[in-house]
Amino acid sequence: MGNKQTIFTDEQLDAYQVRLHGRYHELAPHLVPMDYTTEPDCKIPLALIVNMPELKENPFRNRIVESFSEDGMGNLSFNEFVDMFSVLSETAPRELKAIYAFKIYDFNVDNFLCKEDLEKTLNRLTKEELTPEEVDLVCEKTIEEADLDGDSKLSFADFENMITRAPDFLSTFHIRI
Amino acid sequence: MPRKGAVQADDVSVDIDDEQSDSDDGTTKRRANRRQAGGGRGGGGGAKGRGRGKKAESDEEEEEDEAPKGRRGAQNKRPAKKRGGKKDDDDDDSEEEAPKNKRGGAANKRKGGKGRGGDDEDSPAEKGGKGRKGGKKGGKEEEDSKGKKGDGKGKDEKNKKKKKKDDSSSDSNSNSDEEEDSMSEGEMARLMEEVEEKKKLIANIRNKPWRMKRRLVLLREAQQFVDKFEGALGKGKGRKWYAYKVMMTKKWIKFQRDFENFRTACIPWERKIKEVESHFGSSVASYFIFLRWMYGMNLVLFGLTFGLVVMPEVLMGLPYGSIPRKTVPRAEQDTAQDYAVLMDFNGYCKYSVLFYGYYNDQRTIGLLKFRLPLAYLMVGIGTFGYSLMLVIRTMAKNADVGGGDGDEGEFTFAWKMFTSWDYLIGNAETADNKYASITTSFKESIVDEQENQKDENIHLRRFLRVLANFLITCSLGGSGYLIYFVVKRSQDFATRDDLSWYEKNELELIMSLLGLVCPPLFETIAELEDYHPRIALKWQLGRIFALFLGNLYTFLFALFDEVNTKLEEEQSIKNASIWAMKEYYANFSRLVNDSESTPPPMNPADVIRGPCWETAVGIEFVKLTVSDIQVTYLTILIGDFARAVIVRFLNYCWCWDLEAGFPSYGEFDISGNVLGLVFNQGMIWMGAFYAPGLVGINVLRLLSSMYYQCWAVMATNVPHERVFKASKSNNFYMGLLLLVLFLSLLPVVYTIMSLPPSFDCGPFSGKEKMFDVIMETIDLDLPAFMGTLFSYAANPGLIIPAVLLMVLAIYYLNSVSEAYQNSNMELKKKMQMARDEEKNRRNNTDSTNQVMKDLEDLLPNRSLAPPAPPEPEKPPEPEGKPTKTRGGAAGKGVDLQKDVSLASSNPNAREPVTRAPGARGRGQPPGGRGRGGPPPR
Repeated sequence: MGNKQTIFTDEQLDAYQVRLHGRYHELAPHLVPMDYTTEPDCKIPLALIVNMPELKENPFRNRIVESFSEDGMGNLSFNEFVDMFSVLSETAPRELKAIYAFKIYDFNVDNFLCKEDLEKTLNRLTKEELTPEEVDLVCEKTIEEADLDGDSKLSFADFENMITRAPDFLSTFHIRI
Repeated sequence: MPRKGAVQADDVSVDIDDEQSDSDDGTTKRRANRRQAGGGRGGGGGAKGRGRGKKAESDEEEEEDEAPKGRRGAQNKRPAKKRGGKKDDDDDDSEEEAPKNKRGGAANKRKGGKGRGGDDEDSPAEKGGKGRKGGKKGGKEEEDSKGKKGDGKGKDEKNKKKKKKDDSSSDSNSNSDEEEDSMSEGEMARLMEEVEEKKKLIANIRNKPWRMKRRLVLLREAQQFVDKFEGALGKGKGRKWYAYKVMMTKKWIKFQRDFENFRTACIPWERKIKEVESHFGSSVASYFIFLRWMYGMNLVLFGLTFGLVVMPEVLMGLPYGSIPRKTVPRAEQDTAQDYAVLMDFNGYCKYSVLFYGYYNDQRTIGLLKFRLPLAYLMVGIGTFGYSLMLVIRTMAKNADVGGGDGDEGEFTFAWKMFTSWDYLIGNAETADNKYASITTSFKESIVDEQENQKDENIHLRRFLRVLANFLITCSLGGSGYLIYFVVKRSQDFATRDDLSWYEKNELELIMSLLGLVCPPLFETIAELEDYHPRIALKWQLGRIFALFLGNLYTFLFALFDEVNTKLEEEQSIKNASIWAMKEYYANFSRLVNDSESTPPPMNPADVIRGPCWETAVGIEFVKLTVSDIQVTYLTILIGDFARAVIVRFLNYCWCWDLEAGFPSYGEFDISGNVLGLVFNQGMIWMGAFYAPGLVGINVLRLLSSMYYQCWAVMATNVPHERVFKASKSNNFYMGLLLLVLFLSLLPVVYTIMSLPPSFDCGPFSGKEKMFDVIMETIDLDLPAFMGTLFSYAANPGLIIPAVLLMVLAIYYLNSVSEAYQNSNMELKKKMQMARDEEKNRRNNTDSTNQVMKDLEDLLPNRSLAPPAPPEPEKPPEPEGKPTKTRGGAAGKGVDLQKDVSLASSNPNAREPVTRAPGARGRGQPPGGRGRGGPPPR
């Protein structure tokens, strides 16, 4: 990633911002003024953001928005909004993505992926098609595979260790806007 | 340049101002560091100092300037000698930044808006200090003057750009430019370095785990810095070009992506197959992938046959009805157009390009002197050659991909759990498919896992497996005998005329029936064995393969019997016709006195002709193929579709639950379909030589069955009860195909090499053996020395050593590959061991860590360093935010922390051995453990 040319020119940067802000504005025209140069202090609630076409089908949409919002409730300011798409962009580094992925999957925000989190993740992934025994098995296996320190939950270190070796993490944890 | 001098003078004053302000900030160290050559750095300072008047602006700039500095320091991991103190500052800075950030971000974002405003505000201050007119104007002028200096061109270029862009940079730029004169060498170098660093920062800004606001601030700042000084160093000329390049790279990436999409879209049926895969699992999809592959191969074969054999004959050969072999005999002409006859591939079908007999034995045809007989033989051989190559190549490639039977190593479930959802999906339908496919893949892995955990009575299982194999062998033998019996009977029937429909089609019926009955039987028996479904599928494939093989070979033997009787018949007819010819010529020459051959004035339809066994064989294969198609399609229609309809709609008025109970919906029969495909292909290979049209029929068949079966699967079937993962490569299928290819090669080669071709039909008529065509070509068309060359090459004295050499090569390569395989296994084992070890070590980490800590406490100085960092670093997650922001230094910080924690656990691994286990653990006396942090410091 390091040797990729990722410099913005000012014009490009602005173009991106204008575009992004356009998207941001669209979400809640009544809340967000069109002119973002005056730095309005406004936030868009979660319910509006998860309706973006990019997020609409994502089983983790609520979690994504929540983990990027500073208040944890899913209200996003424009900067956080930009942040979200920057982390999910193609060029964001793996470590950064890993951090946010961890936050997304950490449903109960206790900084560990415990079995409960995994069950939730799994049920969202499969639309609860698996039987409880299967869910149980899968969660146990997951923990068994990735848990290096033996506390039967996944810390960020465990998670990172696992995710950095995943072949398609980068290509799937990625949203194009 | 008087003007210039004045400005410089001004600069100095500004400089001083700047210095003061900086020292206020307590960052003198850095400043000292920076400004080695007195006025040199002034410009930058000036730019900054200028702002001093306006507090807000200046603050901002200061902050911008400093924060990255420190960051850079941290980044470079330069043991901050001079900047050591600075680092602490920086931390403060970054904390301060948080609140300020907003402002900073805002200012920076609004390049046009507030940024410009800021400039305007700046300019008065400047005016006061320097007596210049306005930031903008001054900037331009400066740049002009700069343009006169050394590297005019680059500057000009930059100049233009600057004008376009916001003035703040050009403004400061102007200042920096002025100092160029006074810049010393060392200054230049240092500046260059800084610019480089900034550039690096710009390039890597995306990789920094900071919040957007902060990033924007830094980016702006760094960019401005670069803008400012790059020009001063005369390196700015590439700026525009660089931007252009970046833009082009972006465009290029986008193009590549589009192209990739386009290419994926070009893969035929990719979407269909993916859809099937998502609902039925990779095992079912593997069949369709195989089908697609087969279709591709057959297209090539079709191209070869039609391009080189059929089309030339149609376009350039003699037309229908010109010679006997291209004419329906008088006796058959009445019925030649009947539907039933045509469906049996008799009548007009028999005397068409579809079959061997139609082709003429002219050495060359048409204007192009196309050597059709030679082409015919070559295409026949080439078909096999190409197929062999392709199959083997594909197998090799698949083996490369990793023939591993689905075990992906360490993180199967974890990866599935965390990386299987594709965040790009924004379409409801795709999302549904994805849900299905994820569920399916989980189920696949669960099956694998359950299989791993299973342990039962091994003796019972062994017994059952033997029993199952015994039963299956019995039924295989039985069906083989049945086929043999039917073939014999059909030979009897062949001599009789009064045949009922059943008797005529007995052979096909029996074969189809066996094909229908046996596989389910085998499957039922295989239940006894209780294999993993993937392995069970392979057994099933093997067994049905054996069954079909028996069928095939009994069929072939029957065919050869037929061929032999035809050959005898032909011999007599040939003799008779030769005799008749002679008779005719004798009479003719006696009457007309012309010994030159004027053929008898006979309608080609009336000529006596031989049975032409090649065409008969071709017809046999075509019939078999067509009946196979019919049976397959009907089976799907009745066995799957009708069943599904009945189950679905009768369920409302039935006494038990049809859907869950007895008939239920059909499952997709992978083994049957794969083998059907493989054997069908065998038929094609064998038959293609005698019926060039067969390849065309097969292409149509594959094409239609792709759509038909895809539809049938999606519409009427349910996923397997235990969805299992197909082995990654299709190599088992390919292996079967290779076997069939080899088997079908044998009879064809045998006929080409040893049976005499018919005397009055086909491209080889009149020759002793088919391959005489090659000899003829060598003799007549190639220069003489080639003939001798070939005769040498065909010398056994040369061939035997060559074969020997090949055998040796095979042996050698084989042993080499085996050695590689061994070392591979070894490595895998080692990796596994290393992993286990690491895991164990980490498992014990908590307890061992304490031992480590104890040890560290004993060592006076080093004790604190490692354990301290991990503790504070961990918490950041809660709102996630702090980690990243906090570590302005933390860009690296995260990694550092990791390193540290690794480092601290590593030594532990060795430790515990020497230590008695009792001593560690939570129960450790507080003193010993020390948790140590505070005291040593």
